[in-house]
This record gives sequence, structure tokens and C-alpha cells, in this order.
Amino acid sequence: MLELRNVTAGYGAFTALWDVSLDVAAGEAVAVVGPNGAGKTTLLRVISGMIAPRAGALTFEGASLTGRPAYEVVAHGIAHVPEGRRIFPMLTVADNLKMGAYLKVARRAYAESLERVFALFPVLSERRRQRAGSLSGGEQQMLAVGRALMSRPRLVLLDEPSMGLAPVMVLRLFDLIRRVREEGYTILIVEQNVRQVLKLVDRAYLLEAGHLKMEGRAEALAEQDFVRKAYVGL
Amino acid sequence: MIDPIFLAEAAVNGLLLGGVLALLALGLNLIFGVIDIVWIAYVDLVMICMYAVYFLVQVYGWPIWIGSLASVGLGALLGIAVHVLIISPILGSAPVNQLLATGGLLFFLQSFATFLWTTDHRSVRLTLPTLEYGGMFLSFARLVAFAVALLVMLGLFLFLRHTYIGTAIRAVSQDREAMALMGANPRTVYVVTSAVGGALAGVAAALLIIQYSVHPFFGAAFGPLTFMICVLGGLGNMIGAFVAAFIMSEIISIGGVVWSTEMGYVIAFVIFIIMIFVRPGGLFARRA
Repeated sequence: MLELRNVTAGYGAFTALWDVSLDVAAGEAVAVVGPNGAGKTTLLRVISGMIAPRAGALTFEGASLTGRPAYEVVAHGIAHVPEGRRIFPMLTVADNLKMGAYLKVARRAYAESLERVFALFPVLSERRRQRAGSLSGGEQQMLAVGRALMSRPRLVLLDEPSMGLAPVMVLRLFDLIRRVREEGYTILIVEQNVRQVLKLVDRAYLLEAGHLKMEGRAEALAEQDFVRKAYVGL
Repeated sequence: MIDPIFLAEAAVNGLLLGGVLALLALGLNLIFGVIDIVWIAYVDLVMICMYAVYFLVQVYGWPIWIGSLASVGLGALLGIAVHVLIISPILGSAPVNQLLATGGLLFFLQSFATFLWTTDHRSVRLTLPTLEYGGMFLSFARLVAFAVALLVMLGLFLFLRHTYIGTAIRAVSQDREAMALMGANPRTVYVVTSAVGGALAGVAAALLIIQYSVHPFFGAAFGPLTFMICVLGGLGNMIGAFVAAFIMSEIISIGGVVWSTEMGYVIAFVIFIIMIFVRPGGLFARRA
């Protein structure tokens, strides 16, 4: 479904990703783990078009997305839940979700998508008239995920969804992401909470200092010392 | 002691002036909120549109309301032109360059207007009545301008609240990168915002030309005032700008009756300077 071939990317003179190749098959849940500053966020930003790669190729469902801007990538079916949630704090919950369905195709299916999102996250329905900035951290993360689903994606990119949440909320959030998965979305998730995320995904990649170091089945990797290695970075 | 009737008249006139000032401030603020650039030359676009109404109505004999619609259309086109020709190429550069560029546009427009139309003051001669109410004399043109300004602001409010692109404009002003992730091309949102901001300048021009005469330096009178209102209300804060417009217009109007018009402006600017120290984020700043 998603293929990255020898992608190199960075900001200005700084290179955050070196020669990264990665695949995600339809229906899979894949994690990228690694210490702080390993380039995990950059990887997702390259995929969603927030930054263009310096070298390498990016294809999604057979179409080349290399260097395409973010607003085009989402139309191809990739939704990005960015680091720090990036909800629109002054808009209501309902308007945030409406913006998630900004694409023409998504607008046509707005009512149906909204029903699906509210079924997944009932709390968003209760708070739909509230300003998004007044939600708790966990609720804001649900809103960010719900907003991404409103664009009717096939692949969802999640960047550190557990960041800044209380431990109880982290567990609940992983449960909810599991449910999103069961709805049939393909997921690529970046997390520092390695123990939790490995229970959620099928496969995982280990990213260190911009290089992919390891790749494998989640259960197998959970037993390996790479988990401990990833923790060292915390 | 000043006759209370004069004070009441000044208060009403201040309110009426506030309507048009609020319209100008909302237009400038809308553009700033979304694109993060202050169009220093905003009121000079209004000046160009005022000339357009003047020529269409006074020289070509168009009915005022068609001239006004033309002004709105011209304003929208000018807004798009300013964005595409001046703002867009320097979006990524330092804020000071952007200020200099729109400041340059201001001098260009003033000089160009002087070159084309000389420094003569020109006005649209409409025979609009003066109304008397309880001893107060009120200009009908001002009442019309106030009513239209309120209606247009209501329209702007509904547009920003209830349309996809309007909500997107608000969303972009909060997080432009996140809005690109939703599938909105930022360029499109910028152009639409510039067109709406320009159209508001066109509306303001039509409302101002029935009250004031136009000359190439018209922007020098209303430009700083508009900018000051935006800062006082908190740059980018639409409600703040709306309220600040009425506060400023009342100070100027009442101060004008109690002392003199010049003194009214002096007081307004002194209050503005004090407010900058006391509440630098604007009247309604959430964070200091």
C-alpha cells in the first residue's frame, strides 16, 4: 500500500532521515519506534507531504507521491494526526470535524463519517458545541484522530498519540486506536511508549539517528533487546 | 458647560462612525489573522475604490448603488492583485520586508492617485437629508453607512461561521499547517481571504464616499486609526476589533465636541499608547 524507497530528508543543513525504505501493507498496523530525535516525526512529515524528501521515492497504492504537497496527499487517502495534536483550539469540536471533511469527496460523506466518528468517540458527540481548546488532553487527541478519519482515509499516520497524557488515559487511548484498527484502517504509528505500541501493531521498525536499524514482527521484537535499546533514549 | 444635546449628538455620531471603522478594522484584521501580514496600504485601497465610485457616479452618472457594487467588485480584485503580485512572492521572507512591501504600495498608490487625479478633493454630490430627532441633527448618509456596515459585518460573521471556506479561514488563522493536512490548499485560502478583505475595503469605500470627499491622502486619515483599532482589539481578534472601533470612534467624536477634532485624535492616540503598555495583547488578550 505504502512504499518508501531510500528516502533522505531534513531541514536546512540538517539531515534527519538517511536512506530509509519502509513498507506498509493494506490492513496492517505498523509502528516506528526509537529514541527522541531519531527522525520519527520527520518520517511521517515526509509521508504526508509536510516536507519534501531530498532523495528517494514515495508511492501510495501505486501512485507516486514524492514531493507532493500535504493538501494533495490527503486527497490520495493518507490522513496525518500530527505531533502535538494540532487541533483548532478556537473552533468548536463540530467545526474541527467539519474541517477534517474539507475535501470534496469527504464533504459529500460528511454525515456518515460524523456518525462513525461519534460511534468511536462518544465523548466528541457530547462536547460537539464546546471549543476544542477546552477539552482535556485525551479528548483533544480523540478529536485529532476523529478529525483525521473525517477525510475518509485508508492509511492513518499517528504521531506520538500518547504524548503528554496521564498513564490511565494512555491505556484508554491505545484501546481506542485498537478499535480504529478494527474498523479497517491501515495504521502507521510513531511512539515512544514502546511497550504499549508493540501490543497494538503487527510489525515495527526501529529508527535510530535517522537510520532504520531493525524491522520485524511485533511479538518477536518485544522480546528482543531492541526494546530496551529504544527505552534508553527515553 | 456643554449642552447635553451636543454630547448626545456626538455620542450618536461616534456610534455611526464606529460602524464604518469596525468594517475597515475587520477587513485588515481578517487578512492579518490568516496571512500574518498587516496590509499597511489597506485604507489606500479604500481610497482607490472611493475614486472609482466618484467617477462612476459623478462623471458617468451611474446610480450610487451600482457604483457601490462596482466598488465591492473592484475591492475584491485589488485584494487578489495585492496578494498575488506583492504578498505571495515574499510570504517566506522576514516580517519587516513584508511591512516594507505593503508600505511601499501605500506610497505608490498615493503618488499614483496624485499623478492621475491631482490633490483635488472630490465628493459625490448626493442630496441626502439631515434628520432631526429630539434636537439632534443626524446625517442620513451616516445612518445608511452605519446600517450597511452592520449588515455587511453580520454577513461576514455568517460567512466565517457557516461556510466551509469561512470556517477554513478561521482554522488557517489558528494553524495553517494543520489545515493543509485537511486538504486545504493554503494558496486558495489566502486568495479567498484577500478577496474578502478587499471586498470589505470596497464596501467601506462606498460608505465613506457618501460622507467624505476623496483625495490621494485619504488613507493618511483613516489608515493609522484602523491599524490602531486592530492593535487595541488584539491583532487578528475580530470581536476585539469590533469593540475597539466603537471605543475609538466615541473618544474621537465626543472629544471633538468637548475640545476639538484634533484633540479628539490626540486623546485617542494617547489612550492607545497607554493601552499598549497596560495590555499589549489587546483589550481581550487571553495571555499577556
